[in-house]
Amino acid sequence: MNAIETKGLVKKFGVLKAVDDVSLEIKEGEIFGLLGPNGAGKTTFISMLVTLKKPTSGKASVNDFDIVKNSDDVRKSIGIVFQDPSVDDELTAYENLELHAAMYGIPADERRKRIEKVIEMVELKERLNDAVKTFSGGMRRRLEIARGLLHNPKILFLDEPTLGLDPQTRKHIWEYIREMKGKHNVTIVLTTHYMDEADLLCDRIAIIDHGKIIAMDTGEALKDTLGGDIISIETDCSEKLGKLVKKLKWVKDAKRHNGKIALRVEKGERKIPELMNIAKESEIKVKSVSLHRPTLDDVFLHYTGRTIREEEASAKDRMRLRVNARRRTR
Amino acid sequence: MNNEFTAIYFMWKREIIRFIRSKSRVIGSLGMPFFFLAIVGSGLGGALNLPGVEGGYMDFVAPGIIAMVILFGSIFSGVIVIMDRQFGFLKETMIAPVKRTSIVIGKALGGGTTAVIQGIIMLLIAMLLGVQINFANIILALIFMFVVSVSFVSLGIAIASTMEDIHGFQLVVNFIIMPIFFLSGAIFPLDTAPDVIRYLSYVDPLTYVVDVLRYLLIGYSAIPLETSIAVVLVFLAATTSVAVYLFNRIES
Repeated sequence: MNAIETKGLVKKFGVLKAVDDVSLEIKEGEIFGLLGPNGAGKTTFISMLVTLKKPTSGKASVNDFDIVKNSDDVRKSIGIVFQDPSVDDELTAYENLELHAAMYGIPADERRKRIEKVIEMVELKERLNDAVKTFSGGMRRRLEIARGLLHNPKILFLDEPTLGLDPQTRKHIWEYIREMKGKHNVTIVLTTHYMDEADLLCDRIAIIDHGKIIAMDTGEALKDTLGGDIISIETDCSEKLGKLVKKLKWVKDAKRHNGKIALRVEKGERKIPELMNIAKESEIKVKSVSLHRPTLDDVFLHYTGRTIREEEASAKDRMRLRVNARRRTR
Repeated sequence: MNNEFTAIYFMWKREIIRFIRSKSRVIGSLGMPFFFLAIVGSGLGGALNLPGVEGGYMDFVAPGIIAMVILFGSIFSGVIVIMDRQFGFLKETMIAPVKRTSIVIGKALGGGTTAVIQGIIMLLIAMLLGVQINFANIILALIFMFVVSVSFVSLGIAIASTMEDIHGFQLVVNFIIMPIFFLSGAIFPLDTAPDVIRYLSYVDPLTYVVDVLRYLLIGYSAIPLETSIAVVLVFLAATTSVAVYLFNRIES
């Protein structure tokens, strides 16, 4: 059975299509990842599924409830961990959880038991009666995960669950996510722009860019579609080398980005010497060469001509420009 | 339906908990009214002779100062809507499977309760300063204070629902509460005021609030009681409706 189905889902903000005709199915009990750079439309997509935003057009059902017509039923059957904190700092962890339990219709005599169960899972039991403002970023995130699970949801949405956390806490949160799937059969939908996170954690991944899904499959299958090895070569004149390598028969694909060329080849280790010779003959200076198995970033590069990391940087630049513009108008 | 009541109760409880934990806010909010009553009240008391008022200026101004505490305490508590938006908690309430109307009602009742508590503290301070309070009507006075507080919290929530930052909210609220307070006849009798002031005071809801409080607490009144009560109830209906309407329109 499908936990989530969307058909032609669109969300427009003015002329901008934040989510552009997305149709997908997420199976019950799977960990589904939405991978894409910042501003790709992941959060907007999730916001519609959790009934926080109304779609401009298209349909979607969550746990068989229509997200527009039966939004209250959708809300009761899902848990959400937002990208930004959404707990009340002034209240204690217990008070935050109790308020949540009450609003989700958990009877008064069951609340404490449930709270103790989820707080143990995220290992915050000894901090239960401390004000949230004394918590670190990682502890807050864990508390939010506990809260998302409090009303036994069938689906848990996690928007960038490990953003800004240290590596140790990230690993911890990955463990909780696996545990939820394994022990409690919760369907997990998460967004991320970390390729390793999507790769390690998710059963299936949808790569999303400019509001569209550009590829969707298991991580392995996505990487296998590229096949072979990736040689990444950095030179002082990548344009010239780019033209040369495109003529070679054994190069399946060559993408130039950021002064580097990424070549898709079979048996990459044997091709590097050949490439070095070609460079030498054309008097191109090679700065660095690397050989690796295709990653999800290469998959992204293959479909969009950019890497997520580059996209990431330019998104930050755009944000900075916007903030500066706002400051100037004030 | 039961769930909606639970939600209202917990939103109310949250306001109370936050209020109790912020002692500095309570003390800060009572500072100005205290000095107003203690210094202006006693200072002017010797110089003024108010016809028809038994206990002198101090007694006359005390209900006005209590109204001031309630006005300030309640309208500023609307800021919680903006704080919740900034600190993200608003999202948690927006996606909860309860009606937004219940959220607003809970916040309004919670903010109203905390404003009444501040009003009671001010009442006790007034008594310590020697103001003669009519205890026969104290229960009615508290109920009335609560109704008024809920109205002004709703006004605060309505304003906060349309704004994004705290400073803007404070500016707007300061801009409207000053005329509301000074035109209400809280610190001077309206029947001896110039015509312009008097006419303006008739469109000020706090005028009626002050008059009813004065009637209940010190037995002095200048406006028919039925008129004042009717105005206050209409004001309550209007502000809560607007608050519910505007809060429902908030886009996440």
